[in-house]
Amino acid sequence: MSLSAHDKELIGKVWTKISPKAAQIGGDALGRLIVVFPQTKIYFSHFADLSPSSPQIKAHGAKVLGAIGEAVSGIDNVSASLSKLSELHAYNLRVDPVNFKLLAHTLLVSLSATLGAEFTPEIHLAWDKFLAIVAAVLSEKYR
Amino acid sequence: MVHWTDAEREAINTFWAKIDHEEVGHQALTRVLVVYPWTQRYFSTFGNLSNATAIAGNPKVRAHGKRVLDALGDAITHLDNVNATYAKLSQLHSEKLHVDPENFRLLGETLIIVLAGHFGAAFTPAIQATWQKFLAVVIAALSKQYH
Repeated sequence: MSLSAHDKELIGKVWTKISPKAAQIGGDALGRLIVVFPQTKIYFSHFADLSPSSPQIKAHGAKVLGAIGEAVSGIDNVSASLSKLSELHAYNLRVDPVNFKLLAHTLLVSLSATLGAEFTPEIHLAWDKFLAIVAAVLSEKYR
Repeated sequence: MVHWTDAEREAINTFWAKIDHEEVGHQALTRVLVVYPWTQRYFSTFGNLSNATAIAGNPKVRAHGKRVLDALGDAITHLDNVNATYAKLSQLHSEKLHVDPENFRLLGETLIIVLAGHFGAAFTPAIQATWQKFLAVVIAALSKQYH
């Protein structure tokens, strides 16, 4: 699976549009993750507040979206753009890769909630592919 | 038997009442066919599915989307016995249609995304969780008669 020129264009356009709200969208996506898939809370057991309105959850969500933004900037080589994060997840965090799919889903939900009809099927497709690539890159050094 | 809290029943029924079956069904099925193009294998009699525009404009896709949402309505009316309600549908999908149950999951995820698009922030994390639970029950019921 790879991104076509058209996919990259759509991904870039959406990013430009949402980047002023990236922190909020990230916080929303992570908040949805811990509510819809409560087992994911184990990775945040050091957070005092594990509700979706938790400032720690919102801050961490913002961080995640920031990293996604870096992947968008370096979309022609996501592996290189996210190399450090890839190592972090492999050797330190060791988040089970199944969770990347869960977060990709809640991120698509947040994007859809934010963009409404502008989140067209083609844009949905491009972002679904892109997030799958990000997930693959994050787990590529696991073994 | 699945246990539903009052809040869950409320979340399901309240949102269901606001959903336009045809429109939401159409959008969900269109998205599945665009985002996961291999699912088109189940709709070879539907005519033109060659690109996103063709799929969105295809009257058979629209009609089938509505049919799927109407069937979801049956499950909502029988929340306390979805398995029995879907026994025949499950058999149909297994023995006649030969649909890989993975597709139920894809449609479920897509429907959640469509609902989020329609309701925005009103589709809160808690309401999303309830709807994902409901769709998991639907998917289990649809997969139950497979052998």
